[in-house]
Amino acid sequence: MTTTHTLVAEELTLAYGERTVIEGLDLAVPAGRITAIVGANASGKSTLLRSMSRLLAPRAGRVLLDGRAVHRMPAKELARTLGLLPQSPIAPEGITVSDLVGRGRHPHQGVFSRWSREDDAAVAAALEATSTTELAERAVDELSGGQRQRVWIAMALAQQTDLLLLDEPTTFLDVSHQIEVLDLLTDLNRVRGTTIVMVLHDLNLAARYADHLVALESGRIHAAGEPGTVLTEDCVRAVFGLESRVIADPISGKPLMLPIGRHHATAPVAAEVRGASEALSPR
Amino acid sequence: MTSVLSVPAPDAAPPRRPGSVRFLWLLVVLAALVLLMAASVAIGSRGVGWGDIVAALGGSQETVAEAAVTKRIPRTFLAVLVGAALGLAGAVMQGVTRNPLADPGVLGINMGASLAVVAGLAWFGLFSATSIIVTAIAGAALAAVFVYAVGSLGRGGPTPLKLALAGAATAAALTSFITAIALPRGDIAANVQSWQVGGVGGATGSTITPVLPFLAVGLVISLLSARSLNSLALGDELAAGLGERVALARGLAALGSVLLCGAATAVAGPIWFVGLVVPHLCRLLVGVDHRWLLPFSALAGACLVTASDVLGRIVARPGELDVGIITALIGAPFFIAVVRRQKVREL
Repeated sequence: MTTTHTLVAEELTLAYGERTVIEGLDLAVPAGRITAIVGANASGKSTLLRSMSRLLAPRAGRVLLDGRAVHRMPAKELARTLGLLPQSPIAPEGITVSDLVGRGRHPHQGVFSRWSREDDAAVAAALEATSTTELAERAVDELSGGQRQRVWIAMALAQQTDLLLLDEPTTFLDVSHQIEVLDLLTDLNRVRGTTIVMVLHDLNLAARYADHLVALESGRIHAAGEPGTVLTEDCVRAVFGLESRVIADPISGKPLMLPIGRHHATAPVAAEVRGASEALSPR
Repeated sequence: MTSVLSVPAPDAAPPRRPGSVRFLWLLVVLAALVLLMAASVAIGSRGVGWGDIVAALGGSQETVAEAAVTKRIPRTFLAVLVGAALGLAGAVMQGVTRNPLADPGVLGINMGASLAVVAGLAWFGLFSATSIIVTAIAGAALAAVFVYAVGSLGRGGPTPLKLALAGAATAAALTSFITAIALPRGDIAANVQSWQVGGVGGATGSTITPVLPFLAVGLVISLLSARSLNSLALGDELAAGLGERVALARGLAALGSVLLCGAATAVAGPIWFVGLVVPHLCRLLVGVDHRWLLPFSALAGACLVTASDVLGRIVARPGELDVGIITALIGAPFFIAVVRRQKVREL
């Protein structure tokens, strides 16, 4: 069941008060694929994600889901199609895993409707999919960071949306848990066809896991497309101001970025970088 | 994991819900409330026998004892109503502000209601019960908005401690305004104490009836916001992602709680700490799901105020202590305990 929902930003301008963060941005999220948004700190990644899930109203332009402006859609209707996992959600003290995951059912419930069998089934399936069934009666406070993140993803799964936006889902996780979470999201995408858009800090993980890579540079899209064409040494220099080498990842064949920095480069590499920057600098 | 995902698993065993434990606690709290109500009718400055109680419940007022019991019945109902209103209002406020220190007394909202009534009595000649109630609710709403605005100033927005400090400072200021207004006025100074420390003594059927519709509306709005409060508890961003209209949900729930504590203060005066203590205890019993927490807080609040009223009649015989004094004696140490915990985290 591949989803065919289209999520598009048109000439989007976003601002907090006087400070413009995103200006005139156009972006089309490919349906049924994994999109990763990368960029330097304060380049507008999270702001863009917030606006696509209607948390932030655009100053100009619009975000369209299946041709309808998300900021004008009924809140619950949108929440049945598009889910959001923010960077630091709050787990109420003492809440159990099953209670937390069950709260993902909110958009499917009316004011008076009772908890239904579908709700139970959705929660059970979400717990299974994230391997958290054994944790169901535990308090969320007691879990490790990796377990907790899986529980939050389970909550997002219980929402049963065809699109899922995640703001840095791997932050605060050690490397094995990062891989675990990204593998889980890939399963979700491949098996259910869920369209995934995530902000990621780690360029190499983004290049490996995304079908579509969006590089933001101070509120504008520097490059977007397949990781193989987007993640280049020029791109890293423009977006992060960093000299690097990009090679083929021996594991996945995707691009792998190796930062150079000022200290540990071998003599030939250092000379080459110096030569390049001298050639570039105006006399 | 892939294989698991491919199975829709509609027949998967539903996760176990501790519903039976909650149901048991529900019975316990209901039984406690019935016992406390019986105690409230039976116990007082004047000792009465069971025969007098039965006769009085049947409508007889022939002996002094029967008359005393007859006066205790509306008082008991008022204690139950006020306790339920304050317990529920406290739980809603803690949910709306995600603040473990929220309480209609601590946040200065009850004092706002009180001051509005005293000012109304002194300057605008309020006399009808309904106008007093409406004035109290308006005062409660003004105080709520003011304290929230002051507590939100500066870095970090409305943190638990900033809100509590703003509320306590406002309450102190409002209390002295009440004194300042009432002292030069012989006609209302006699009553001023009842607008500084709440109590349920002297209640009659005619003082209770006018407040019932306001309490009912507040109760319905508050209970209906249970699910919204569950979403808000996860943070504003996630709540919005779940399809909650955050500002609307927060405003409605706040309206419900302001109606409840404004109406309660109009009939009983300002009572502190019930709304603080009760939801915390109820969370230990039934967890953090507001669909259970809110009705439980109402029931447990009713228990606490009824028990405090009975206690107030026993400890100061032959006189009595107001409910507001007893709940403050119970609540103040509790408040300190909550603040002293390692971190006052947001709910």
